[in-house]
Amino acid sequence: MSNGNLVEIRDLRVDFPNPSGFTPAVRGVSFSLGREKLGIVGESGSGKSVTGRALMRLLPEAARVRAGALRFDGIDIQAASERQMRSLRGGRIGLIMQDPKYSLNPVMTVGAQIAEAWRAHNKGGKREARDAALALLEQVRIRDPARVLDSYPHEVSGGMGQRVMIAMMLAPNPDLLIADEPTSALDASVQAEILKLIEDLVSARGMGLMLISHDLPLVGRFCDRVVVMYAGQVMEELPARDLHRAQHAYTRGLLDCMPSLGQKRARLPTLSRDPAWLEPRA
Amino acid sequence: MSAAFPAGNPMIEAAHLNVHFGSNHVVRDIAFRVAAGETYGLVGESGSGKSTVLRTIAGLIPGWDGTLRVAGEQLGHRRDRAFFRRVQMVFQDPYGSLHPRQTVDRILAEPLEVHGIPEAEARIARALEEVALPRAARFRYPHQLSGGQRQRVAIARALIADPSVLLLDEPTSALDVSVQAEVLNLLAELRQARQLTCILVSHNLAVIGHLCGRLAVMQGGRIVEELTEAQLRAGQASHPHTRDLIALSHALEG
Repeated sequence: MSNGNLVEIRDLRVDFPNPSGFTPAVRGVSFSLGREKLGIVGESGSGKSVTGRALMRLLPEAARVRAGALRFDGIDIQAASERQMRSLRGGRIGLIMQDPKYSLNPVMTVGAQIAEAWRAHNKGGKREARDAALALLEQVRIRDPARVLDSYPHEVSGGMGQRVMIAMMLAPNPDLLIADEPTSALDASVQAEILKLIEDLVSARGMGLMLISHDLPLVGRFCDRVVVMYAGQVMEELPARDLHRAQHAYTRGLLDCMPSLGQKRARLPTLSRDPAWLEPRA
Repeated sequence: MSAAFPAGNPMIEAAHLNVHFGSNHVVRDIAFRVAAGETYGLVGESGSGKSTVLRTIAGLIPGWDGTLRVAGEQLGHRRDRAFFRRVQMVFQDPYGSLHPRQTVDRILAEPLEVHGIPEAEARIARALEEVALPRAARFRYPHQLSGGQRQRVAIARALIADPSVLLLDEPTSALDVSVQAEVLNLLAELRQARQLTCILVSHNLAVIGHLCGRLAVMQGGRIVEELTEAQLRAGQASHPHTRDLIALSHALEG
């Protein structure tokens, strides 16, 4: 590893084909990530999820991906073999998606799914895998792990389902966790618990975390650093604690348009999108 | 803590309302009144019963007992056409609540046909204008629109037959915060212009505070507390669950 960075992305460009050519989704994104918590924030369509997927090479084949550098722990993702990628995906890089309802297999018990993830990346028999699954459910603070182990996804709540997803991702002991809107489908109180859980696990295991979200205050409270994206480009990168001093008009606009419990406003300010934000940045 | 009901006859009234799903008792003996022109909030976590209350008023849930009145008329288990002209609903997910194989034009024409309302052409054009959708959107399909545009279509559909009551079930939870601001502003304008009575269900206290004058907090199928917007903002709640929700909401604002 060159400079201690887990992830290095330089001038990443992703285009998707359309009937008349290509639509750019990511337009020259650069950032690096160590063993820290990095937030990537932006609206739908800003390219934040595509950036995360590009790092796992999970984009559709038709997508055109180019980058000056796209590296995970020194491994060149663009040149890696499919075999190498398989050991990274779900192995050294875990991905937690938004809605556990759609990302868990509905006809397999929770325990069998976690055991499967464990056996894909560890040597061991069925018994050991089951014990590992039980231990993982304990780690994600499920109160009655033995019962949950034998339940099907439809028998657990949304928050519980997300804990199961996290347990599954932890099974191979990853170095990096990519969490793509991990709490958007959950209640506020469950949201706080899940984020606390991710935070504790990330610091206890010394992992890197890429938290992708449209919720700027949430990311600001939770991460060390924040990258703000708009229309496929990075508008601003800043330490999370300086978020309230953000310079860019887009970042300020996103913070300002949320209704607040503390402050009464008759109308919410809406984002006026400056065409200059779309121009290619250096 | 309680919030005084404004003087006058209520537009919506629920008393001793109970809802059962099989052996599950999901709404337990709740009562509230909403004045004409008022926006009333229902907050609580998933499973607290808040959406079920809204769907019961809308006539989407059969297994209820108690009293429900809208504009002084007692509601039965079957609702007539006049009811659906007076009461309309906007759902959470604009991806799931619009017919995927119908154009916006067709979606907006249907309520007009159902209620035998003439001048469809002019009404559809006006409805689109009212929710600030471009004219070009009229002959698009839902998948060709953004999430915010779809929610505008859902609002236009709800309003096109001139209802007096609008039931809103988490209308902005599936949207970006920037789009949420636009939709909340739109709802505030429309309710003012059309003198709508609204019930807004949300788990987001800031959204509730923004639109509602009074609200009820639900937990386990019961209303545990009723508050005014001022009490909500000042944190003057007496029930521990309400206090938890308020504290959490402040913490999330950071």
